[in-house]
Amino acid sequence: MTFARRALVVAWKDLLVERRSKETLNALLFFSLLLLFVFQFALGPDRERLAGVLPGVLWLGFILSALLALGRTFVVEREHDCWEGLLLAPGDKSAIYLGKLGANLTLMAVVETLVLTLFVVFFDIDLGRAFPGLALVVALGTIGLGAVGTLFAAMTAHVRAREVLFPVLLLPVQIPVLLATVKATEALLLGEPLGAVAHWVKLLAAADVVYVVIGLLTFDVVLEG
Amino acid sequence: MTTDPVIRLSDVRKHFGAQTVLDRVSLDVGRGEALALLGGNGAGKTTLLKIVATVLRPTTGQVTVAGLDAVRQAEAVRAQIGFAGHGAWVYDDLTATENLKFWTTLAGRAASEAELTAALAAVELDRTGPARVRTFSAGMKRRLSLARLTLFRPAVLLLDEPFAGLDQRAKKWLEGHLESHKDRGGALLMVTHSFGRELGVADRIAILAGGRIALDTPRGNLDPDDLQRLYAAHSEDAA
Amino acid sequence: MVRVLGWLSAMALAIGLVLAFGVAPRETSQGNVQRIMYVHPPLAWVAYVAFAVVAAASIAYLVRRRPAADRLAHASAEVGVLFTGLAIATGSIWGKPTWGTWWTWDARLTSVAILFVMYVGYLLLRSTIEDRERAARYCAVLGIVAALDMPLVHFSVYWWRTLHQPPSLMKPGGFSGSPAILWPLLVNLAAFTLLYAYLVAKRARLLRAERGALA
Repeated sequence: MTFARRALVVAWKDLLVERRSKETLNALLFFSLLLLFVFQFALGPDRERLAGVLPGVLWLGFILSALLALGRTFVVEREHDCWEGLLLAPGDKSAIYLGKLGANLTLMAVVETLVLTLFVVFFDIDLGRAFPGLALVVALGTIGLGAVGTLFAAMTAHVRAREVLFPVLLLPVQIPVLLATVKATEALLLGEPLGAVAHWVKLLAAADVVYVVIGLLTFDVVLEG
Repeated sequence: MTTDPVIRLSDVRKHFGAQTVLDRVSLDVGRGEALALLGGNGAGKTTLLKIVATVLRPTTGQVTVAGLDAVRQAEAVRAQIGFAGHGAWVYDDLTATENLKFWTTLAGRAASEAELTAALAAVELDRTGPARVRTFSAGMKRRLSLARLTLFRPAVLLLDEPFAGLDQRAKKWLEGHLESHKDRGGALLMVTHSFGRELGVADRIAILAGGRIALDTPRGNLDPDDLQRLYAAHSEDAA
Repeated sequence: MVRVLGWLSAMALAIGLVLAFGVAPRETSQGNVQRIMYVHPPLAWVAYVAFAVVAAASIAYLVRRRPAADRLAHASAEVGVLFTGLAIATGSIWGKPTWGTWWTWDARLTSVAILFVMYVGYLLLRSTIEDRERAARYCAVLGIVAALDMPLVHFSVYWWRTLHQPPSLMKPGGFSGSPAILWPLLVNLAAFTLLYAYLVAKRARLLRAERGALA
């Protein structure tokens, strides 16, 4: 299937460039570590208080890292007019969107794994039974962030004040994802079963579908530059 | 129909905000024909080329490539053209071979290792295949961009100063490649700055000045001096 | 046509405001402040309608690439942000004496606030892109994403505020549906909708003139 192969080659290219240039990933990983410190200092040593805001802080960490990772995803295409090349390559442009999304999700997954691990270690969280549910929530939330983020990153890539405009456009749209993931994470960490947060999970799944479909349908419009 | 031009611009205008870059441009390029587009800096040559390539849209006017409307059937047009602009379309962190592999796969064409190596060999980059493009000079990147073109057989080639930065051997190779393209019935629209032997491949010369086609003539027996005189006479930018 | 709209909306607005602030009975517990509740819901209603228009015009633009659709989306966004701002302001004005605070993260207010932010983002994007055609396309995509997001925003905000938490204390003046209260509300609803339509028509016309001058 050519569509799949085209999407895969885009993802392959992005991940290869990332691995070789190490531009984004290293900075992101270090940024996550830094966030941990900043949160700790900002919130103080009080264990109780930390436990209460932990889910919010965790997702704040994810979102800030995602903003960095996603914001850069099309910057590489501006060199040597590669963007032009993407536009002129014959075939369905949504394959490019999917490939970019795949690469971004992979990147975000790496960062989130690190952030989560650091959180568990530093804040002494017992994941235990909550892990499968948490993994699902994190996965769904990340897809939501990535789907809209990839689209908006393409939209803001050529715009002045890209670094500011990208988060300004992305964050309001992501509020449902933020609310759902934080609330679900909160409940799961308190030991509640996945069934108790089923409505949040369904919302996330619905959001993901909507976002990815819009991305697939409108990406060619955005690529036209 | 073999008599219809492969590339046709009719009354094309292009504005960027308040600035008019192209003002009622009409141009034809036929099968097996090569047109060299000359003009001063900022004359709009690249803009015109990009409009034919569907990278930009005309403000008004009609553009057809291989009988397809460049605005309404842009995707179909893209399948018919090979474009090499100022940017080389290379990813610095990928190797030369990987770059070619990316662009061919993205175009839905599965090129074998042998084909990729052959393409690199044609522009004498085969030994640098495994090297990262970041280490390449600007000229090498341009050659890589041309190597990419050889992997396809489009009906139309749109090239922006393709001979720039090439050494004699590479120029000779490119000439040969473009002649074969024409022999196969391909059309060529080439933007160029120079009057030298590069124009040898052109069947017709057009000069873009003041947003319009100031001259459109067969190259025929014009020698470089004639050309320079015509160019100076027609363009605002005294050569 | 636009003129008629202007006159109609002016009349309806005059009637509506007189009804709201003059004729309608004074509410016992909240006092005159409650009269804002004849104005606040209509404003919020128009804010959402304006957004729906932005979304519909955006889709229309992407399908047909007609500049008129883009102008409609742009005009509706500008008028919409105005109405949204007013809706938030009137909500706040009502809230201060009633709840003792200018702001609360009540589900409805929060949703309207998010709507406001979406509008601002849309207008920011527009102002940042110089190329008119690109601005139209990108804003169309943003408009569609934001509009399809609104239902998700609603649910998530509502669940956020009401599940496992005491229900919101905000009730818009406790409408029981008595005619004395219903009529001013409905008239204002119509009036503000007309006003919206008039302002959008004027703005769209102005946009056409502005852009025509450049072409």
